[in-house]
Amino acid sequence: MLFLIDFDVIKPDVGLIFWTTIFFAIFWWLMSRYAFKPIANALKKREHDIQDALDEAKKAKEDMANLHAENEKLLQEAREERAAMLKEAKDTKNAIIKEAKDKAKKEANTIVKNAKAEIESSKQAALVEVKNQVGNMALEIAEKVIRKQLAGNAEQESFVDSLVKDLNV
Amino acid sequence: MRKLISLLTFILFLIIGLTAQEHNQPSEHQEGVVHEEGHALDCSADHSGHHGPFDAGQTAFHHIADANVYSIGPLQIPLPCILFAPGHGLDVFMSSKFGMDAFGHGDGHKAVNGYILDGGSVRRIVTPGFPTGVVEHGAILHQKEMVNNKSKTITYVCHDGQLFKCDDKSKLDAGMFGGGLSSFYDFSLTKNVVSMILVGLLLFFAMRGVARSYQRRDGKAPKGFQSFMEPIYMFIQDEVSKPFLGNKWERFNPLIQALFFLILGLNLFGQIPFLGGSNVTGNLGFTLVLALFAFFVTNLNGNKHYWQHVLWMPGVPAWVKTILTPVEVLGLFIKPLTLMLRLFANITAGHMVIIIFTSLIFIFGKSGENTLGALLTAPGSLILSLFMMAIELLVAVIQAFVFAILTASYIGAAVEEEHH
Repeated sequence: MLFLIDFDVIKPDVGLIFWTTIFFAIFWWLMSRYAFKPIANALKKREHDIQDALDEAKKAKEDMANLHAENEKLLQEAREERAAMLKEAKDTKNAIIKEAKDKAKKEANTIVKNAKAEIESSKQAALVEVKNQVGNMALEIAEKVIRKQLAGNAEQESFVDSLVKDLNV
Repeated sequence: MRKLISLLTFILFLIIGLTAQEHNQPSEHQEGVVHEEGHALDCSADHSGHHGPFDAGQTAFHHIADANVYSIGPLQIPLPCILFAPGHGLDVFMSSKFGMDAFGHGDGHKAVNGYILDGGSVRRIVTPGFPTGVVEHGAILHQKEMVNNKSKTITYVCHDGQLFKCDDKSKLDAGMFGGGLSSFYDFSLTKNVVSMILVGLLLFFAMRGVARSYQRRDGKAPKGFQSFMEPIYMFIQDEVSKPFLGNKWERFNPLIQALFFLILGLNLFGQIPFLGGSNVTGNLGFTLVLALFAFFVTNLNGNKHYWQHVLWMPGVPAWVKTILTPVEVLGLFIKPLTLMLRLFANITAGHMVIIIFTSLIFIFGKSGENTLGALLTAPGSLILSLFMMAIELLVAVIQAFVFAILTASYIGAAVEEEHH
């Protein structure tokens, strides 16, 4: 052990042991209380925060997917409804047009019928009037002829002609 | 790489061999303090002119040792001395009272209440008749003597042409390494204690700052120093505490973190050049205390399962148990013992190797007599020292990590729940 004679560091010193014990006990307590525990808590909290944020993001993503599916469904429904509505409208339109056409046809027929009837009645009336007038004229002519006959033949004839000319029915 | 390492080892062994040889030579001188052996000490001789050959081993021992002064290069900063001698009482004073030179080697010129300062270390005069109070004293001499069949260096101090024997401070090595209890105890705030407190405060305020940033910047990403410390903290938490301590990791994590950061801080602090190079983690007293903390935390928290495995291992034949139990009980003490020795040996060896590489310049320069030799050695020594410092940085981190991980594994084994 001659080599170790002045190898002071291998001989544990009473004072150094005393101070190191006190120092380390205080150091351990202080560091635990004021440094390591707050750091550990902060790190744990941050870990939880990150996990929560990740979970939330995942949830939000799922919600978004759900919402998207719902929207798609709604859109599909709307499309179907629109198609149905369009079909209905078309049917209604056709029905209305058909009805209108039928009605118009009926009306037209009625009008034509009425017109025909009127025309017929007017024709009848006109014919009656013509007949009457012709009758009257004939009477007039006959009257005049009868009156002229009394005067001469030749003259009577020309007279009748002029009368007929004047008549011009 | 391997070649370089073998070359370094060779040089190292060569130096140790040389210094060991020199160590045994008589009339050994160290920094103006005379070591003598084989002939009687004489106070009348003039010792001031003596300058023996440079001794790298002694220089290394001197620099890694704890001291009652804080030396930065040749500058000596006085530290408080708290000395207790049974039957004499308590003495509290600054080590500047010893009248040491502001630029020197920590040798005092004055005795204070029977205490002297020799090479930065306080010793107590035990020969009766030495005056109390502050007294100018003469040369300090060292002599190797046989005490209880062991060679021991005894210090003498001259006063009025008379020799006074001095005691070293009490050491708890049970006399194994030439220490043992003496007539006084040194509770001074030594260089190591002061370094320890400084680094402790620095670490506390640094980590407190980090903790505050977490509170202040709650919910935000780490920034600046906080983001520098976080990966280190997380590494110890996730790679050391969690895997080894199981579900009880939160309870012991602060201890593991405290051990890691303190050892790392002190290892690195001791390696800063021109800052005294205090060798706290390379002092057995310091590592002993840390190992004791590990020992008590482990065994006071040991559960039934743990003690059952130590004292009466289940599932093995009875005759095996008679062998296993003593081995396991021995293991309880060997575990902290290895913790203590590993850290101490690694850091001390690193410090010594750097000092010895630097000392190469003085060895080849023959302490200033051979300038050419010194100049030729300097570049080589510089490269070797730089290489060693780089290795030491690695060792500083590795040893702090190893101490933390082994402590965690010992505690983990003690608190582990039974799973069959």
